[in-house]
Amino acid sequence: MLYQRLLLPLILFSGARMKAYIVKRFFESLLTVFFVVVAVFMLLRFMPTDGYFDRDDYTEMSEAARNAYLRTLGLTDNPLVQLGRFVVNLAQGDWGRSITVYPRTSISEILLEKIPYSLSFGLSAISISIVLGLLMGILMAQYKDGIVDGVGTAYVVLVRAIPSLIYLFLIQIWVTKLLGWPMLFNERNPVSWILPAISLALPNIAWYAIWLRRFMVDEENKDYIKFAVSKGVPRRTIMFKHVLRNAAVPLVQYLPSQILLTVGGSLIIESIYSIPGLGGLLVYAIRQQDNPLVQALVLIFSVLGIFGVFMGDVLMVLVDPRIKLGKAAKSGGHA
Amino acid sequence: MTAIENAMAKIDIDPALFERAPFDAANAERTGYERYSYWRSTMRTFLKSPVSRFLLVLMLVLTLFSFIYPLLSSLDPNVVSLDLATWNQRPGKGHGIFGTDPLGRDIWARTWYGTRTSLTLAFVIAFFDVGIGMIAGALWGYVKKLDRIMTEIYNVLTNIPQTVFLVLLAYILRPGFWTIVLAMCATGWIGVARFVRNKVITLRDSEFNVASRCLGTPLKRIISMNILPHIVSLVIMQIALTVPYSIGAEVFLGFIGLGLPVKTVSLGNLINLGKNNFLLYPYQLAWPTLVLSAVTISFYIVGNKFADASDPRNHV
Repeated sequence: MLYQRLLLPLILFSGARMKAYIVKRFFESLLTVFFVVVAVFMLLRFMPTDGYFDRDDYTEMSEAARNAYLRTLGLTDNPLVQLGRFVVNLAQGDWGRSITVYPRTSISEILLEKIPYSLSFGLSAISISIVLGLLMGILMAQYKDGIVDGVGTAYVVLVRAIPSLIYLFLIQIWVTKLLGWPMLFNERNPVSWILPAISLALPNIAWYAIWLRRFMVDEENKDYIKFAVSKGVPRRTIMFKHVLRNAAVPLVQYLPSQILLTVGGSLIIESIYSIPGLGGLLVYAIRQQDNPLVQALVLIFSVLGIFGVFMGDVLMVLVDPRIKLGKAAKSGGHA
Repeated sequence: MTAIENAMAKIDIDPALFERAPFDAANAERTGYERYSYWRSTMRTFLKSPVSRFLLVLMLVLTLFSFIYPLLSSLDPNVVSLDLATWNQRPGKGHGIFGTDPLGRDIWARTWYGTRTSLTLAFVIAFFDVGIGMIAGALWGYVKKLDRIMTEIYNVLTNIPQTVFLVLLAYILRPGFWTIVLAMCATGWIGVARFVRNKVITLRDSEFNVASRCLGTPLKRIISMNILPHIVSLVIMQIALTVPYSIGAEVFLGFIGLGLPVKTVSLGNLINLGKNNFLLYPYQLAWPTLVLSAVTISFYIVGNKFADASDPRNHV
């Protein structure tokens, strides 16, 4: 069944139209990346300049010495020149060096060390949220206006209305106390991996559940379903063969962004469990005013976001043959 | 006799119903919903559910109380006590209903002052989001030339993860009230604008508008009866949903050290302070959290329910 949905359209459309569409969307995304990089880079020129010094250096240096130091770093040049230099360096794989967080370490080294943590937590959280979220959405749609629906809706409202910091913190305190688990992340103790992964999945479970429920309820009201009901097709078959499959299609569009953005990790969860991933790093880099590191991280997150949307659009066309090429629908909400 | 004939015989049919009605020109022009009022229908649909009614009252009471309390109360939320005995007092013991914090400041007073700050922040953000979003969205919908530029702006702003943008702006600017407003509105308006644009495009060419124009309905009436109801409901919903979102953002920014200055009393600062003392004095987190949750949940649900109720398709 999967090959029909994914591969067959690929083979059929991998003709000129599909390729043209992918190429067109790819260049559109590149254009967006260009604008984002320029915008972010220019914004970052307004960063407080003390972020380029070690704490000790800053207090010891005189005003003139500080300016001279900034000049040797090239930070007093025209921002456009700086941007050009940054792009050229980037093309050679040079992200610059961290200043205060990991003094004089190259940023690409830091990234290589940090990404695996965020990625593994992110991917396990996504798997959990897809399984539980879809299950919850199906149950909520199946027993619409019943107890399950009520409990599910209450969960969604709580997760979305209460600031996540509060419930994530309370979960950390209470659950670790209740089960006697370690409160902080420890690489050698697998038990300490469970809670961060589940916490990370909580908002996404709500997201999948609420949208799948809505799409399934919409789908159930369509004529072809009513026709299937009147033909006497069993409810279970209708639910899984028709309603679920069609309702899940719009959700597919957001999957690539979600997967790509796991690289970035979660700011809050990585901070409270002290997981050495990228999300916590951004918070730390901001507190320590490490400008080159902040710059690299912000750019990575933005580019990942853009390519997630691009891949989502392409995937959408592959999965849903009804979409006309060149007009990828943008519907639904965002996570 | 079959069952159907049996049943039919039982029904008392009034032969008067089958008489030909006289033609009345005035009556023929009458429509089904002559006295249809958009707002009355919206409110009726909205108030039908007891949950909505309860949360609407809760929302109004909390909002009014947080704005009235600081005017009436003589308790200063910032007054630091030098008496050790009044530090970290548990609720109900002498000083204050909610107890005191590590500096002997009254948590009851701080909670309401904090709610006022956070709500003010949220309303200001909602005002700018919706104001800019409406104007930009209307232009985006009507002026075809703007479409390309606006779409690109939309792509740039929505493709950067929101938290990254928030963190970045808060980092570059000095942390403070207007910084948070700016950081939230810098991305918030485009979402509203997109929504308004889509509405404007569908409304402009929708059949009921074409019909109204053909019937010679004055523009004023078209705007007030055909277009505004669709957009006003959107505005109210947006304002209601901005409240939980911006309160959450303020808590988040406080957590990473980019929120309002520590001496400002806000829910975000109270939560982050209470969080640090949670293991020893859980009530210092519990009270502000309870009030905050009541505020955000009531606004969130009222916003969603109102959005459903304000959709004319759900009326009648």
